[in-house]
Amino acid sequence: MFAPEFDYYRAGSVAEARELLDAHPDSTVLAGGHSLIPILKLRLAAPAALIDIGRIDALRGIASDGSTIRIGALTTHAEIAASDLLKGKAAALPEAAGQIGDPAVRNRGTIGGNVAHADPASDLPAVLACLGAAFVIEGADGERRVSAPDFFQGLMTTAVGEDEILTGVELSEAGDGEASAYSKFAHPASRYAVIGTAAKVGLSDGVCTSARVVVGGLVPAPVRAGAVEQALVGQAVTTELIAEASRKVGDSLDDDDLLGDVYASAGYRKASAHAWVRGALSAAVARAG
Amino acid sequence: MSASTFGSGIRRREDPRLITGSASYTDDIVLPGMLHAAMLRSPYAHARIESIDTAAAAAASGVVAVYTGTDTEGEIAPAPCAWLLPDSGLKIADYHCIAKDTVRYVGDIVAVVVAESRYEAYDALDLIEVDYDPLDAVVEPKQSAAEGAPQLHDEIEGNQAFHWTVTGGGDIGEAFENADVVVKETIVQQRLIPNAMETRAALASYTPATGELTLWNTTQNPHIVRFLCSLVAGVPEDRLRVIAPEVGGGFGSKIAVYPADFVTVFCSKKLGAPVKWAETRSENYQATTHGRDHVQEIELAATKDGKIVGLRATVWAGMGAYLSTAAPGIPTILHGLMLSGVYDIPAIHEDVYGLYTNTTPVEAYRGAGRPEATFMVERLVDLLAAEIGLDPVEVRRRNFIPKFDDGHDVVTGLTYDSGNYDGALAKLLDKAGYDQLRAEQAAAREQGRHIGLGLSTYVEICGLGPSQVAGAIGFQGGLWESAILRFHPSGKVHVMIGASPHGQGEETTFAQIVAGELGVSPDDVKVIHGDTDNTPMGWGTYGSRTTAVGGAALALAARKIRDKAKVIAAHLLEAAVEDMEYDDGKFFVKGSPDSSKTIQDIALMANVAWNMPEGVEAGLEATSFYDPPNFVFPYGAHLAVVEIDPETGHVTLVRYVAVDDCGPQINPVIVEGQVHGGIVQGIGQALWEEGVYDEDGQLLTGTMLDYALPRADRLPNIEVHSTVTPSPHHPLGVKGIGEAGTIASTAAVYNAVIDALQPFGVEGVNMPLTPERVWRSIQEAQGRN
Ligand SMILES: Cc1cc2nc3c(=O)[nH]c(=O)nc-3n(C[C@H](O)[C@H](O)[C@H](O)COP(=O)(O)OP(=O)(O)OC[C@H]3O[C@@H](n4cnc5c(N)ncnc54)[C@H](O)[C@@H]3O)c2cc1C
Repeated sequence: MFAPEFDYYRAGSVAEARELLDAHPDSTVLAGGHSLIPILKLRLAAPAALIDIGRIDALRGIASDGSTIRIGALTTHAEIAASDLLKGKAAALPEAAGQIGDPAVRNRGTIGGNVAHADPASDLPAVLACLGAAFVIEGADGERRVSAPDFFQGLMTTAVGEDEILTGVELSEAGDGEASAYSKFAHPASRYAVIGTAAKVGLSDGVCTSARVVVGGLVPAPVRAGAVEQALVGQAVTTELIAEASRKVGDSLDDDDLLGDVYASAGYRKASAHAWVRGALSAAVARAG
Repeated sequence: MSASTFGSGIRRREDPRLITGSASYTDDIVLPGMLHAAMLRSPYAHARIESIDTAAAAAASGVVAVYTGTDTEGEIAPAPCAWLLPDSGLKIADYHCIAKDTVRYVGDIVAVVVAESRYEAYDALDLIEVDYDPLDAVVEPKQSAAEGAPQLHDEIEGNQAFHWTVTGGGDIGEAFENADVVVKETIVQQRLIPNAMETRAALASYTPATGELTLWNTTQNPHIVRFLCSLVAGVPEDRLRVIAPEVGGGFGSKIAVYPADFVTVFCSKKLGAPVKWAETRSENYQATTHGRDHVQEIELAATKDGKIVGLRATVWAGMGAYLSTAAPGIPTILHGLMLSGVYDIPAIHEDVYGLYTNTTPVEAYRGAGRPEATFMVERLVDLLAAEIGLDPVEVRRRNFIPKFDDGHDVVTGLTYDSGNYDGALAKLLDKAGYDQLRAEQAAAREQGRHIGLGLSTYVEICGLGPSQVAGAIGFQGGLWESAILRFHPSGKVHVMIGASPHGQGEETTFAQIVAGELGVSPDDVKVIHGDTDNTPMGWGTYGSRTTAVGGAALALAARKIRDKAKVIAAHLLEAAVEDMEYDDGKFFVKGSPDSSKTIQDIALMANVAWNMPEGVEAGLEATSFYDPPNFVFPYGAHLAVVEIDPETGHVTLVRYVAVDDCGPQINPVIVEGQVHGGIVQGIGQALWEEGVYDEDGQLLTGTMLDYALPRADRLPNIEVHSTVTPSPHHPLGVKGIGEAGTIASTAAVYNAVIDALQPFGVEGVNMPLTPERVWRSIQEAQGRN
């Protein structure tokens, strides 16, 4: 519970943050600190320097140009959970952000830190993957955009390079007849996701025109449940169909990859994942219809 | 107005300082020249220490000293076990404050660093090189008893710390042979981690010139710490002052005296400077005592009409790597003697094996032995009900001890003080609408929903005392309490007590006792506790004994004051003492209440002493020592309603209704708070909490990220009711209420879940009832059918 010694630098801009990262080998970005500081206190990491980006105002905020929503990396979970824009146009995201940890965590933790940390039990990776988000990364060669399957590269690894900074994420607004939802089995101690499921569906006259279902929590990085999606698209949506389609989630889960722990084994998580898929789908369908 | 405050729900005076952060805990105290200690703890559950190299640590920045077991050898004695359970073959392994050549749990102290700052102390820990030779570990009590299990202590064969039995009533073998029905179960009372909000800490300040040492310590019993610390660390009791400043909860985990505290004392003596040690939360999980950890094989014999004829049990109690201060008494005296519960059981037999395991030592944890007993009995009664097809209510009623108000003997040798168990149950059923709930349950089942109702009717033993019994059961201390009540000239009051409240609210309720006895406003009464230099001797706050024993001492002191005040009042009013009357703080001659002397008038006159009656001493002060004639036995009836989702195994606690009887309530709001907190901790055991070790003895639930404490949003509004049955032997009739909720609630919630699962034919499920366990139990039952 006592961090090892480190140097601390506060960056005033993204450019300055990048320079500091470059100038200090073995340095790490500090955002809300709610994943990094515990790691330091447990002495699981000992970076030589922390580059605090927490006060770069340009990295904060939620805005839309009418079709694309941009969320700055430093936007907190609490800000996301309270955003009317997101509630209307990307409902799964505020729904998930509102279930992260507790109020203190939500007031400090940031969307950028959450996805850059890429803890498999985090909520936002699955949601952002489901919503087709583009992750905006700034590095020596300027800005680049990476989407979900390429961004989350596995257990706690992402496409963000050592000297790069994630500046924000971009999402498309939900169109007419489209909606999303998030359903979570929270660990009773940490509140992290034992199973977290995000679903986005498009409906037209009661028929499913598009579906994207992503599960997290029980896998190293978010996994798309293709079989569930296929069972829905083109079908008239009923409660039975949703339940039946949800049961196909297991088809997309590779047993060798599944995560389990003392609280909930991999086998159990796999066997009960369909209930959370069903929950997310039902809520998304209700919103879309 | 004032006397009426006894029994009213006035606000806790403790709270403003606690909730505004102005309270001062051990770790808040800063002394000039203070150094900081950090303990190097074993990362292995069982290993030989081949060598320790402290050179780099000693040379590190800010480091003042590094000590190992070689340095403390002969300077501090092993941490004592002070409950010498008789007739049990008790074998106490030396608990060296710093391990000598072997470590036996993850958390055993290997070395201590003292540095100028806490950061430097922790940095230096990383520089100590210890060469360990790992040994096989055993973490589960029944496995520890098994042939071929790794052995913890050379001199203790089979890891057995003790084997204790209780036998009472008729022949147990016959009872079982002749019974119509026998039900059996194996129960795992999982290990729990107490999680007091404040972790443990010690600040020792030694003055070489006088040989005096002051120890600020997170303890529930500073006088016991003074006594034992004087023996262990060689500071004579008259030169040792122990202060329990604000203490942020204990739940039993701050009863014990700990190696780290003695090591801190050692460092201060050695260096002649104040030394502070405060554990981190992770260290707390490893090094502060745990609770429960039983494997219980239990069976109940009954007639076909559901009349219990015998109860038999074997318990393997994990004690951890060493015996903590009071540990041996918990799975035995505080457990086995309570196996009759609220029932008339004609024959009882229990064997308890206390076993050393490579785990953190266990101690009392809220309820301490009684939750484990209540759970056994309440589980068996429900199994019996299911077996013979009766409602659990009916089986309970057929076996209740009938109402009694002045003593009832049970076959384990205890005499319960007073109780009306059916009365509490009847009130519960009425308040909860039990019949309606059963109808709703049946209707829900029709719709494929799974609701369960769980009862727990309990009695518990608390108010630990009398001292004579303490001696007989091997408790190495007394179990009385004392109080000094002192009136100042202005009529304000100081109460000095030996008990040591740490969150329960006795600063408020004790002022209410004085108000009730002497008619002063509770606002005029200050309650002083927690400092061995300015409070009288007391044996501490645990076992729901502070009000039951300390409160009685205070009431008796107040009555002495009243007697003396009456004599002074008679003198001042020029009347005969026999003609005096007292009412709500006023003394007057019978028939003339208008000309009276208030207790404040008398306090002034007694303090100035200008005109005292012949032979009466100056001052208005009394001391009382109260050694109770018996324990007190609070009781009650609780009901939990749950709904389970068979698809995922999730359990939702829908309703919780409690009826508790702790006798007259000094402050019903505080009683309700105790009941709430207690119930929630018991629910935690049923649904969420479990300290898990892997087979190598690594604590897998080592942080709050893994160890699931109850949270408000997972709990229903708890419905609290009470009945009032005074204890016949207590001056105020009161019984304890600190642990009752915990003692009752685990079984209620567990029984409710099993009731919900009844359509599936589920047998036993281990606690905590996690979604996976519930789900698997259904899968397994479906596989069987
Ligand atoms: C008690 C508790 C409960 C929690 N419960 C949940 C939960 O239920 N669900 C959930 O999803 N999360 C949970 N979290 C995690 C929380 O959401 C964290 O805030 C989040 O994961 C990290 O965000 P941060 O801003 O605090 O990042 P930090 O801790 O500051 O950083 C985390 C990592 O990301 C890197 N990083 C941060 N920002 C950037 C950036 N812009 N560019 C590049 N790298 C960056 C850092 O270098 C570091 O390695 C919990 C945390 C706590 C302490």
